[in-house]
Amino acid sequence: MNTPTQNFEQPTSFEFTPEVMDMAKAHIAKYPADRQASAVMPLLDLAQRQHDGWLPRAAMDYVADFLGMPRIEAYEVATFYTMYNLEPVGKHHVQVCTNLPCWLRGSDQIVEAAKRNLGVEMGETTDDGLFTLSSMECLGACVNAPMMQINDDYYEDLDETVTESILTELRHGQTPKTGSQIDRKSCEPIGGLTSLNSDAGGD
Amino acid sequence: MLKDQDRIFTNIYGHHDPLLAGARSRGDWDGTKEILAKGRDWIVDNVKESGLRGRGGAGFSTGLKWSFMPKESDGRPHYLVVNADEGEPGTCKDREIMRHDPHKLVEGCLVASFGIGAHAAYIYARGEFYRETEALQRAIDEAYEAGLIGKNACGSGWDFDIYIHRGMGAYICGEETALIESIEGKKGQPRLKPPFPANAGLYGCPSTVNNVESIAVTPTILRRGAVWFESLGRPNNTGTKLFNISGHVEQPCTVEEEMSVPLKELIEKHAGGVRGGWDNLLAIIPGGASVPCLSKGACDSVLMDFDSLKEQGSGLGTAAIMVMDKSTDIVAAIARLSAFYKHESCGQCTPCREGTGWMSRMMTRMVTGNANLDEIDLLEQVTRQVEGHTICALGDAAAWPIQGLIKNFRPEMEARIEQAKKNAAA
Repeated sequence: MNTPTQNFEQPTSFEFTPEVMDMAKAHIAKYPADRQASAVMPLLDLAQRQHDGWLPRAAMDYVADFLGMPRIEAYEVATFYTMYNLEPVGKHHVQVCTNLPCWLRGSDQIVEAAKRNLGVEMGETTDDGLFTLSSMECLGACVNAPMMQINDDYYEDLDETVTESILTELRHGQTPKTGSQIDRKSCEPIGGLTSLNSDAGGD
Repeated sequence: MLKDQDRIFTNIYGHHDPLLAGARSRGDWDGTKEILAKGRDWIVDNVKESGLRGRGGAGFSTGLKWSFMPKESDGRPHYLVVNADEGEPGTCKDREIMRHDPHKLVEGCLVASFGIGAHAAYIYARGEFYRETEALQRAIDEAYEAGLIGKNACGSGWDFDIYIHRGMGAYICGEETALIESIEGKKGQPRLKPPFPANAGLYGCPSTVNNVESIAVTPTILRRGAVWFESLGRPNNTGTKLFNISGHVEQPCTVEEEMSVPLKELIEKHAGGVRGGWDNLLAIIPGGASVPCLSKGACDSVLMDFDSLKEQGSGLGTAAIMVMDKSTDIVAAIARLSAFYKHESCGQCTPCREGTGWMSRMMTRMVTGNANLDEIDLLEQVTRQVEGHTICALGDAAAWPIQGLIKNFRPEMEARIEQAKKNAAA
């Protein structure tokens, strides 16, 4: 199996596709005319999304040059924020929350289930490049613990079995259900509403 | 207990249409133009009189904060900055506002911005909340299309724009000046204050930074009246509040309740009670990871508000309640939080950069009892040397959970150390 520090090459050049360029310009337009450095975060994110989920140095240089800012400032941003992946990641980046609220609800077991299913340890990528497994700090879905994030989606109210079946579905190219994996829509009590259950509460 | 008719977030569970039509049917955007017509001072005064205190953790008077903004522009634009970088462990309330009741936030941005003389608001949403940000952007787009924001917002004559800026995974950006730095395209490292954001914030311009929940409740307060909001809760602790109840309860949930609700009643009514019954309770962290834990004795009678929790040596924080039953390894639980603060220290101030690492390593040893008894006091002393000696409150946040542990569970820590020594001798 690969650890992320092995076997990857930095591309020598990078540029936005025309579609991404349009999105980049829309981001720049959100900030005052002389403040386009503000767009460095969204543009680095666009670059990462265009480049299979990781941010090569050429992309940082490209974004910095595009915004007319020193390259070192783009590197500072890219290395400060944890959502920029500076090394290749799998197609599905499986990020299991292990902070206290999830830990109290069994995130250790979710981590074990993910390791077992994927056959990798934390921080590693599967040989087929499909999955990278990471442990995360609090992802802000604490009343739906334990939970994990895979790319842009949350999978909540997990147990070991459901965790494995989500990963297996992804491996087979399927689209697992996102959000809560038990019988509730979001953050309401599992056993039935204790508020917003009178006529005054609804639409 | 709060009646449904007094609840503000009537779609917090997303059981109804979150979009404009549904929001209007729940009363959002009703008479916004008339509210704005009453003028800037009226808005600020009423929010002040409602007693609303900031919902992001610090609990500062929202109306008072708004009143710090310059009355007249000196040529620099004013900005509203909304802190949607929800990352305090245990906290997951702003997420629900953004995806299920986003128009309350959008309307609140307009009203608050008008109140502080801002023509633009930036909402800083944590990067992991990708779907929530999409939902919020949909609401913003709808509001533009309906003429509620944009040029001549709501027909008020006030031009107003809202922009979302996504974070990219840094807890420290929940600190208001780190957040401002981040919008400016820099590392999220807090600024020395003064100057305060009201004088020199975003782009060096007068700015007000408010939590999502603080902003989202203001239109309803202004519609129902400051007196209504003030009649809920206790003096100095008014209104309603979103509570997140996680951990060892039967039914973890988010719920809007009256401020000053007794903690025990809150958990038993809405979260199905502590797993195994109230007597199976070990400890509760009542306000997000940063506040000290409460022992069961304190939990029996404490009220969920700023003053009652402060009297018990803890704090309301974000009102994120993490419940731990007697099966919990409390030392390991606090050690997990110490590891979190070590991870999230921005590295700017030495006491925090070095202290969070040192405290985390010491807490790791405390979990197995691999320590000397006098190191408990040493650990306590180090927390005091970090607390209050850093630019921002992350140092305090790292210190307080450990102080709460030592205060409430010192015998447990000592027993572990003695047991480890016995095991080593044997």
